[in-house]
Amino acid sequence: MTAYIIRRILQMPVVILMVTFALFVIMHLLPGDPIYAMIGESEASIDPEVIEELRGELGLDDPVLVQYLDWASDLLRGDLGRSFRDRSSVTDAITDRMPVTLQLGLLSLFVAICVGVPAGTIAAVKRNSPIDAFVTLFAMFGVAVPNFWFSMMLIWVFVVELRWLPASGFVALWSDPIEALRHMALPVAALGLTLSGSIMRYTRSSVLEVLNQDSVSTEKAKGMSQRTVIVRHALRNSLLPVATIIGLQLGSLLAGSIIIESMFALPGIGRLAIQSINGRDYPMLQGVVLLFTVTVLVVNLLTDISYAILDPRIRYS
Amino acid sequence: MAHVLEALPAVPPRRRISPRRLWRTARHHPMASVALCIIVVFVLIAVMAPLIAPYDPAETNGRNRLQSPSWDHPFGTDSLGRDVLSREIFGARISLQVAVLAVAVAAGVGVPLGLISGYRGGWVDVVVMRLTDAVIAFPGLVLALTLVLVLGPSITNIMVALGVGAAPNYARLVRGQVLSLRNMEYITAARSIGAGDTRIMTRYLWPNTLPSVIVAGTLTMGTAILAEASLSFLGVGVRPPTPTWGGMLNEAFTQIYVAPFLSFFPGLAIFIITLSFNLLGDGVRDLLDPRLRTTQGL
Repeated sequence: MTAYIIRRILQMPVVILMVTFALFVIMHLLPGDPIYAMIGESEASIDPEVIEELRGELGLDDPVLVQYLDWASDLLRGDLGRSFRDRSSVTDAITDRMPVTLQLGLLSLFVAICVGVPAGTIAAVKRNSPIDAFVTLFAMFGVAVPNFWFSMMLIWVFVVELRWLPASGFVALWSDPIEALRHMALPVAALGLTLSGSIMRYTRSSVLEVLNQDSVSTEKAKGMSQRTVIVRHALRNSLLPVATIIGLQLGSLLAGSIIIESMFALPGIGRLAIQSINGRDYPMLQGVVLLFTVTVLVVNLLTDISYAILDPRIRYS
Repeated sequence: MAHVLEALPAVPPRRRISPRRLWRTARHHPMASVALCIIVVFVLIAVMAPLIAPYDPAETNGRNRLQSPSWDHPFGTDSLGRDVLSREIFGARISLQVAVLAVAVAAGVGVPLGLISGYRGGWVDVVVMRLTDAVIAFPGLVLALTLVLVLGPSITNIMVALGVGAAPNYARLVRGQVLSLRNMEYITAARSIGAGDTRIMTRYLWPNTLPSVIVAGTLTMGTAILAEASLSFLGVGVRPPTPTWGGMLNEAFTQIYVAPFLSFFPGLAIFIITLSFNLLGDGVRDLLDPRLRTTQGL
């Protein structure tokens, strides 16, 4: 097991290297010079010499491989470089926006789990009942509904018609909890409820599988109440695969944050990603993608490890 | 006698899909059957778009801007006075095209890689698997966004961008199956009668991975439609004059305070078609690959 974990950790830099290098090459194939995106003026009005100077300063004239190695060696020293747009530090930009994305992501995950796990369990226990049908329907809705459309429907109802909630802006949870929750309600509902669909589905099938096992029949035969059997035995054993699924949902959570943050004007990492793609801000995008990739890799590893620890039957080699 | 039987090469049983089995599956999966009908209807709508659309989807009308749904314009009109229903009918073409082609690209790239990786093993396997790791670790939407920006926003490029992002899933799926198939006796038997590697891969391994590839393909259709809509919604999809559901939602979002109804129908179409492909995928899985029923969730 330890050997396995070490091997997985050693593989990570290789994958990170491939992702960042691929992105580097792709970005340098992008049509349009980042200089113009940076200056934001038409070609003709700027002295070509100034542009040449700028290019040299930013290292844009070096071969792609040299530029990449520059970036990678800076990275090893903990420096993610500076934005092409305003020369601000990429590290600062990311750490500034981190709390927004974390607040959105964690609250959404919380909602998704709080809705998904109990609903899935109830559906499994009351199999083939109307509740089961409703939960299954809701789960299908969550998986297939585009979260941006769901957001728009929420805005239509709660902002345009009822005028209960604000449609955009960010308030930190620690500065004004009530305003923060009011601002977060719609984005979190859009992201959390769509995410809860797959959690519901997996919980349901996982609980069903456990309920059919002999151990559960034995507990029931011993005279334990339905509730005890479900909560103490069935739920505990069935949450294992659910934990994995939650780990795997991270990808869709990140993708969701890109769209949702843009829609609700939340100044987070996802919106930063879109802004840097549109603004040809290579260093900024490179930093954001690095962060996303590392997060996905680490969470995947943690999921695999926790899976092995919780279920002794699983052995990695 | 038993001894002789055991020595026969074990060829995985091939199930024939008879009309009776199809009918039975359809009866056991009413949802999948309904989904299939819905998909067929959408395909017909897309094919016959010019015939059934009540208006020209590009025709603007300054006096008819942002009309609520009415008999003349059942889905309303947008900010340029264009008929939303007609635009939505034409939008089905883009969505379905991109979905089919993206899945084709994903399978076309992923399946051969998975076959070679699983059958050859060794360094080939290591390289292919690390490559798929990298693509999977790359945030999918960012990958698609940058690729589309590099290649330019055409249908072909969007389908390539989405296909490349989905290819690793196919490579892994096929590789896993090949790993369990390659030591089966029928492969050994094929090799002993002189079949080369290419022949073994194309004639003996690939047909046996086909059912799960078809299942995965049906499910990826839904994902691809959602992804294309997301790209168009973010403004990097097929260029505006061409009606796409995602693009219509993008325009509708700017009018959400004035004409919130504009966003309802394009999103509903995306939702229904994605849901249908997911439901159909579940049904197809039971038909082609019953063993997968419990293990693969979505």
